[in-house]
Amino acid sequence: MPDLLIELFSEEIPARMQGKAAADLKKLVTDGLVEAGLTYAGAGAFSTPRRLVLSVEELTAESRAVREERKGPRTDAPAAALEGFLRSTGLTKDQLEVRDDKKAQVYFAVVEKPGRKADEIVAEVLEGVIRNFPWPKSMRWGSGSLRWVRPLQSILCLMVDEAGARVVPLDVDGIVAGNTTEGHRFMGSGRFAVSSFEDYRVKLARAKVMLDAAEREAQIWQEATNMAFAAGLEVVEDRGLLAEVAGLVEWPVVLMGQIGEDFLGLPPEVLQTSMKEHQKFFSVKNPKTGRIERFITVANIEAADGGAAILKGNQKVLAARLSDARFFWENDLRVAKGGMGEWAEGLKSVTFHNKLGSQAERIDRIAALAREIAPLVGADAGLAEQAARVAKLDLRSGMVGEFAELQGVMGRYYALEAGMPAAVADACRDHYSPLGPSDAVPVEPVSVAVALADKIDTLTGFWAIDEKPTGSKDPFALRRAALGVIRLVLVNGVRGDLHEIVASHYRRLLDLYTRSFYGAIPDVKSQGTKEVYPMYLKRDGKPFRFPTQYLWSHLLSEDVDLIGDLISVADLQKVGPFIGVTINADGELSGMSDNGRLYLRKDGMLSSFKVMGENCIADLLAFFHDRLKVFLRDQGIRHDVIDACLAMPGNDDLTLLVKRAQALQGFLASEDGTNLLQGFKRANNILTQAETKDGVEYSFGADPKFAETDEERGLFNALDAAEQAIGPAMKAEDFAAAMGAMAQLRAPIDAFFTAVQINTDNQVVRRNRLNLLHRIRAICAGVADLTKVEG
Amino acid sequence: MADSATLPRSFQEIILRLQGYWASKGCAVLQPYDMEVGAGTFHPATTLRALGSKAWAAAYVQPSRRPTDGRYGENPNRLQHYYQYQVIIKPSPPDLQELYLGSLRAIGLDPGLHDIRFVEDDWESPTLGAWGLGWEVWCDGMEVSQFTYFQQVGGHDCRPVSGELTYGLERLAMYVLGIDHVMEMPFNDPQSPIPLKYGDIFRQTEEEYSRHNFDGATTEMLFQHFKDAEAECERLLAFDAVDPKNGKRIVMAHPAYDQCIKASHLFNLLDARGVISVTERQAYIGRVRALAKKCADAFVTTEAGGASGGAAA
Repeated sequence: MPDLLIELFSEEIPARMQGKAAADLKKLVTDGLVEAGLTYAGAGAFSTPRRLVLSVEELTAESRAVREERKGPRTDAPAAALEGFLRSTGLTKDQLEVRDDKKAQVYFAVVEKPGRKADEIVAEVLEGVIRNFPWPKSMRWGSGSLRWVRPLQSILCLMVDEAGARVVPLDVDGIVAGNTTEGHRFMGSGRFAVSSFEDYRVKLARAKVMLDAAEREAQIWQEATNMAFAAGLEVVEDRGLLAEVAGLVEWPVVLMGQIGEDFLGLPPEVLQTSMKEHQKFFSVKNPKTGRIERFITVANIEAADGGAAILKGNQKVLAARLSDARFFWENDLRVAKGGMGEWAEGLKSVTFHNKLGSQAERIDRIAALAREIAPLVGADAGLAEQAARVAKLDLRSGMVGEFAELQGVMGRYYALEAGMPAAVADACRDHYSPLGPSDAVPVEPVSVAVALADKIDTLTGFWAIDEKPTGSKDPFALRRAALGVIRLVLVNGVRGDLHEIVASHYRRLLDLYTRSFYGAIPDVKSQGTKEVYPMYLKRDGKPFRFPTQYLWSHLLSEDVDLIGDLISVADLQKVGPFIGVTINADGELSGMSDNGRLYLRKDGMLSSFKVMGENCIADLLAFFHDRLKVFLRDQGIRHDVIDACLAMPGNDDLTLLVKRAQALQGFLASEDGTNLLQGFKRANNILTQAETKDGVEYSFGADPKFAETDEERGLFNALDAAEQAIGPAMKAEDFAAAMGAMAQLRAPIDAFFTAVQINTDNQVVRRNRLNLLHRIRAICAGVADLTKVEG
Repeated sequence: MADSATLPRSFQEIILRLQGYWASKGCAVLQPYDMEVGAGTFHPATTLRALGSKAWAAAYVQPSRRPTDGRYGENPNRLQHYYQYQVIIKPSPPDLQELYLGSLRAIGLDPGLHDIRFVEDDWESPTLGAWGLGWEVWCDGMEVSQFTYFQQVGGHDCRPVSGELTYGLERLAMYVLGIDHVMEMPFNDPQSPIPLKYGDIFRQTEEEYSRHNFDGATTEMLFQHFKDAEAECERLLAFDAVDPKNGKRIVMAHPAYDQCIKASHLFNLLDARGVISVTERQAYIGRVRALAKKCADAFVTTEAGGASGGAAA
């Protein structure tokens, strides 16, 4: 059984694409071979900057012959049917067989596909794979029309069996497959022929190419850690960088260099980010001080001078880069010392989103919200507001302008420099967290307040302008923000009504939005190129003069539709200040300006800004509940248990909601719980049926004096006892205790159902029993909505 | 050709060696385009000649202006006026990478001693409606060139594909010559009777133009010139293709493209003056791109653009 070796040799493949490309090559080729009727024992794929390689072991030498029979039309069918059948089988009429089938004679096509040589199949499959390779981005080169990630230079395609190695005949747009390749660009010595995968691997290594990316990674890491260790230092681990660097070299040569003394005072995050982003260097730190003192770079050649020139060059480039960083740092510190006022001013002209205003306006909102949330999380309201006001100022700093990923981290340094309290500085760094599902959740109260305010503002804002996530599209990472809110609330045990918080922030959003509008209109002309956000109103279908002192809460209560959109000053100047806009029955907009001209816009203003009022808030809350369900399901809580708790009042208090869900899940896992659930369902079903049939509600007046049996009296007593226990437990939010008390009902309910027939002829007794069932339903319903629980 | 075994001693020697090298590889060594451009790519020898089916090979130095990069001659690496070396070959030859490495050897960078790497960097010019795939070339961790296979220019697919090499000459030369501040770099041979440093020639102009670009240029005039250039470009392209005076087919693609170049530079100046907002920026870039596209549309109907029978009346 032959082995197959494929190498696709090209100009440098982007590092980030190599791993997936190797995996794709393996999957596409082996799938193609299997589909064509071949089997194989194993396959391995490899990549270097200049090659994708696939080795397939023990491929079958040829595919099996296949005999396929297809039933066609009856012989007396219309001619068109036969023609169609001939077309689809590719046969002529005299090649068909006629057989008896039930009552008629029917045409049969028998197609025999002989087995094919593996070589032929390989050539066909590989050509298809090359022509349709799923590169994220591909290109043409020279005069050809073939596409590859970068120019494809040669194809090696070899079948190796006992008889030796043979080239699989293949020609892709003039690139003829052969048995040769070349080694390292600078250290190899021309093309060479290979006779098997082992031979290929050995000769490549001799030509200074390490084929396996994992091996290159291991080599780099080992040498780097050894070098650092020898100097009493350690390498800062960075898996992503390691993989990238391994994709930039065919023969890794690790070198360690010095960082100039002048730069050692930069924050370690700055050194690390600058070296990684610009130079793809690893950071080497002193474990005693935590300072980053050296760097590791990985070259692609063993230089004649032992790497001295390479290291010197790299150090020089690094010095230029770090000079830039130091320039930013020193400049930023100056601004920070001065209280960061110029950054706050600058954020007024930075747009957060064209329908949600500037970053400065956003900060105003977040600060107000952080202040409101502070008491709920045990934070000082003043500190929370202060932290919210400074947390995003570093977005205007030189350093964050250069390295966006340092946002927050730099904010902490600058806040400390400005003499702000540590809690405020920490909030600058931590308020973006948690970012991912496994990211740590802030617990410091001021950080929690700002982190919550930041995310709730984002969510409320995008909900207000109807930019919600749909399907796989979530450009503003709103799902992540909602999950962040959930985790912040749960981890910190935050108690509060989310609905109320969102609704209050929603009013704030509109209020600020309106004020920015008032401010913008009068001095349009002096503002030059600034954008403004006009609002358009109508009431009862008539243009509605914009009141200068109108509270949004008031507006919303008056059933006024509000729409708006970004409009440039150029547009606005054409029109003059607005009085109002109305929408006609066809959805067309018209408006009047002070100078009497009519202004019309046909584009989608209606859909672009719609104030949705309470609907929007309810919709956002439902989104939180959906995210919470996903989150809890991942924690192993059943979806029906969550539904049973979501149906209860107070579901806007997520901490309470989860506490209830956890208790209910635990309760249902117990034997008493399962049986009680059955009892409850039985009681509920009988009661519901009776209520539907009788058209009344049995909800009052079960009286023990009409009880006929001990079991009935027993249930009365048990319900009294349960009520007495559950009431205080629920008040104390001790759901476990409440459910424990509920569990006590299991035996009396079971006994009751065994001994008592509900529907007796005595209507008084029947009514009394139904009212008794109602008590079961009412008691259980106070704990959780068990009708939502399955089973 | 210069002796590549010895290291060059001046900025101009590096340029001369590149000229000699690419001349020896068969490129037509052109002179800079006589207009203000932001990069060598704007030279019609690249932008327009990358279009159409005709083979082409050219190399040239292009003085380039980036008004926002002015630092009054104080920054060691940043200039508002600098030089690019540009090579364009169509169709891209299969050994273009090797040819390029040869040019590094020619200026004294030995790939056996230095770490030369091709690092992914896809090139895009929103103003020219052009993009391509390629790399930035690193030498010991420093970007010394941009290497691009053009895929589209002016909205047209490039068939065949041109290979384009762009060297940032000052940065490359500073590295080869071991200079830390651009103004300290020897422009001519330091042994010359009158040795001139880069700063002797350009320090004053960097100061003057920095002030001009950031504070001096009259913005109303620039806005007006932008509109004029835009209108003139479109007017020239709207002419009937046949010249009534001689009955010849003469499409004014190059004169129109000059106006596109002008508009692009005027936009850069306005940007440096800080009078273009973020949203307007996109709109201006779009307007220049629209001009570049129309010029490209016109060029491909001409003989140089590969249109058959383009010269006939």
